[in-house]
Amino acid sequence: MNSLILIIVSCALINNVVLNQFLGICSFLGVSQQMKASASLGGAVIFVITVASAVASLLYDNVLSPLGLDYMKTIVFILVIAALVQIVEMFLKKSSPSIYKALGIYLPLITTNCAVLGIALTNVQNEFNLIQSIAAGFGTGVGYTVAIVLLAGIRSRIREEDLPEPLRGAPIVLISAALMSIAFMGFSGLAL
Amino acid sequence: MNDIIITTLVITLIGIAVGAGLVYASKKFYVKVDEREAAVRTCLPGNNCGACGFAGCDAMAAAIVAGEAPVNGCPVGGNAAAEKIAVVMDVTAEETERHAAFVRCSGTCDVTGQLGHYVGISDCRSAVMAGLNLNECSYGCLGLGSCVSACPQNAIKVINGVAVVNEKLCVSCGLCVKACPKGLIELKPVAKKVAVRCSNKDKGAVVKNICKAGCIGCMACTKQCESDAVHVENNLASIDYEKCIQCGKCAEKCPVHVITQPAQTAAKEV
Repeated sequence: MNSLILIIVSCALINNVVLNQFLGICSFLGVSQQMKASASLGGAVIFVITVASAVASLLYDNVLSPLGLDYMKTIVFILVIAALVQIVEMFLKKSSPSIYKALGIYLPLITTNCAVLGIALTNVQNEFNLIQSIAAGFGTGVGYTVAIVLLAGIRSRIREEDLPEPLRGAPIVLISAALMSIAFMGFSGLAL
Repeated sequence: MNDIIITTLVITLIGIAVGAGLVYASKKFYVKVDEREAAVRTCLPGNNCGACGFAGCDAMAAAIVAGEAPVNGCPVGGNAAAEKIAVVMDVTAEETERHAAFVRCSGTCDVTGQLGHYVGISDCRSAVMAGLNLNECSYGCLGLGSCVSACPQNAIKVINGVAVVNEKLCVSCGLCVKACPKGLIELKPVAKKVAVRCSNKDKGAVVKNICKAGCIGCMACTKQCESDAVHVENNLASIDYEKCIQCGKCAEKCPVHVITQPAQTAAKEV
């Protein structure tokens, strides 16, 4: 149990997927204009990454690894994750329209998010079992949500400030993200 | 060689399994979203004005498909849209009469006076909120153009102190009706040309003093009308558009010429 909490915390904060691993940057920068949209995206990411980690782990442990097909994992994971998100989308549309509406366009958007594939591959690399993989996926999703919601908050404040001309737009967003990254470095001192 | 065959086989099998899963899920979790909804949506004008009472054209399309809204529920698209939607929904559309906004005031600067010179935000609602009485007639058009800025079609102009609607541009969305703090604007069937261009409910003697074009409630029109369409209530004539046969007799007899004649409006439009 302790090790699971450790995995979640380390994935969420210490090895934050966006700020420490450079994964999922495009949606991190792209969808952080508004707090509400970024929170929705964060929710969808948590959901998809958790499910995708579980499926990828199952598939790797039971099919790819016994047959000695490790080297095919990337392409298989891409295939499976894409299909999985589609199925999940259909399932939600049928069984829970309110969740489907809340996640909206973000659900299919995440299919192509490199963070999802990245975590599935990292789990394999770390030789996590099924439960550990799920924990790692969940933690990563939480870390992504924390990062994007924080950036959205910062951006909403920046918008009202009188910025120097050359910094406006993308530069200030990247600078903010860089400062956040520095701040998150503080977590690496956590004695776990 | 063996490796290649095994790899190809396994990946192909996974691919087939995933594909089968997708097919199964799309059958099992099939939600009837109706291509009709998308089809109805393309028939709607896409103004998202909300005049139908729904949150926008998408919500309207969903409501039409769900049977919660009539196919001719879009006042902007009118009959053209209703017919297209009716084809999609496989029902027959009832004809709706085309409506246009109509300003019930003819108190131009020539016929009525102002109490003072207004300097401030050019917005009727602001003036009313400030408690200002700009015109001698407390019912009349302020001419500051709240309706003009509310109109998405640029169909309203303030001419000589009174808002005038261009019926050809008007899509009868009703936003000006809501915008006018004096409640002067109504949606009138375009085909019905005979209408009372006054909203003053004061007694005749008072109206005569402040506006040369105000309804004095003399009942001359009600006596003329053969189809019981004109009535005077609270010293103000009003016309029942459903009963009116547009003979124009009331307009002829009106001593203050506040009722528009069929020919008169037609001439004005040109």
